[in-house]
Amino acid sequence: MSVPTLLLQIDGQPVRVKAGSSVAAALRLAGGMGVARTSVTGQPRAPFCGMGVCQECRVLIDGRRRLACQAVCTEGLRVETSE
Amino acid sequence: MTAMALEHCDLLIVGAGPAGMAAAVAAGPSGASIAVIDDNPVPGGQIWRDGPGASLPAAARTWRDALERHANVRVCSGTRVVAAPARNELLLEDAERGWRMRWNKLILCTGARELLLPFPGWTLPGVTGAGGLQALIKAGLPVEGERIVIAGSGPLLLAAAATARAAGAKVVRVAEQASFAAVAGFAASLLRWPGKAAQAVTLADPQYRTSSRIVSAQGGAQVDSVRLLQGGREEEIACERIACGFGLMPNTQLGRMLGCALTPTEAGAQALAVDARQATSLPDIHAAGECTGFGGSERALAQGTIAGYAAIGNKHAAKQHEAGRARWDAFAAQLHRSFALSPDIRRMPRPDTLVCRCEDVPFSALVDCSGWTDAKLHRRCGMGACQGRVCGDAAQFLFGWMPPAPRPPLSPARIATLAGLAGHDDVDRQ
Repeated sequence: MSVPTLLLQIDGQPVRVKAGSSVAAALRLAGGMGVARTSVTGQPRAPFCGMGVCQECRVLIDGRRRLACQAVCTEGLRVETSE
Repeated sequence: MTAMALEHCDLLIVGAGPAGMAAAVAAGPSGASIAVIDDNPVPGGQIWRDGPGASLPAAARTWRDALERHANVRVCSGTRVVAAPARNELLLEDAERGWRMRWNKLILCTGARELLLPFPGWTLPGVTGAGGLQALIKAGLPVEGERIVIAGSGPLLLAAAATARAAGAKVVRVAEQASFAAVAGFAASLLRWPGKAAQAVTLADPQYRTSSRIVSAQGGAQVDSVRLLQGGREEEIACERIACGFGLMPNTQLGRMLGCALTPTEAGAQALAVDARQATSLPDIHAAGECTGFGGSERALAQGTIAGYAAIGNKHAAKQHEAGRARWDAFAAQLHRSFALSPDIRRMPRPDTLVCRCEDVPFSALVDCSGWTDAKLHRRCGMGACQGRVCGDAAQFLFGWMPPAPRPPLSPARIATLAGLAGHDDVDRQ
């Protein structure tokens, strides 16, 4: 039996993930180590604490700023990285 | 503009980890209206975090089922506390809306966060917390085939290694800063807690090294190697991922904002002060679990149960769980003694190592500061989105600075939610 999956978009690119995955997991599947944003001096940053504390994984999800580690993927979600 | 929704409950529990679940289950049969809020997608806290990469232990399912059996318990997941706009009232926000919740009794089960300490390269993509890696994997982060180095201190390192390995990663090293004698002493002490000893056996790891600490992470766009110090000798290991955790810090922010008194823990951190009934220094506010000092899920369950009974006025039932709590308090004390951080850990950052990840403030900018407020005002340390959750803990460890009580908003919030800080009538008039 295959695991149910769903499709979302990260910066316009389609990414398929297992149902129930966090957006942080989807960022990693989109390539690299899951860079979510750049720091104030322009360094790439990826999910760090994994539990909603560090704010390093904040992205725009359907136009709203949310934490990728605490957001669960849904079909057709649009995620935008960087800020 | 319509006024922001105002809801009521008899008992509000903040946090749906073991402590919060146990508190709700203890208080449930009273028939009181109970709301449990939690910022994660599903109940269980960090230890029982569910997801496509998680294999939940039976205890987690048992407690979750128990929670669902009470029709008078409402669980609001994905919900954060933003502020305390009035006495016995919190301003909450989820992905869709903000609202005010008025309560008669409050139980704080806000848990703990990892102590994440700066070292050269710790901001590179591929570096996570140790518990952070566990949480990310449980939520579906693919790590199959990755070479992972786990470093820091405490049993959480082994738990993270087991989770990573089960997900198909190659754990190439687990570097524990405590000495072999300290770790062996801890292992021997586990005979007093047989369940923990059995658990420890399942976590045994051939790549485990004591007296070993991280020096730096190397890489361009992401991690490609780690340097470790092992008994005075430095070695470099190629890897794609590094997970570092140096123990846990009680999450006291909400309690501090409300005005609850603190007490120092054995591990040197500050925790919410509670009495035998888990009551804080403020009337009608209890606290349970890791926010009162970290000590594991069994202690959190015992504390949560006591807090739940105490909050509904069942002193007799609360008292019956005190012996269980004492047993796990002793375990927590042993844990803190065995994995006390070596002063060497303070020497990890180099002058150019960023301490504040939000505002990119290097260590060199902080060494001459007189304290946390000076660092904040003149160096912007702690002024970013995490509001000093990460660098505040690091600065407390590195420099001994105690951050002042947090002010609202407690977490970044939407403007529409912050409008709820205006009085009810004020909003109506707009």
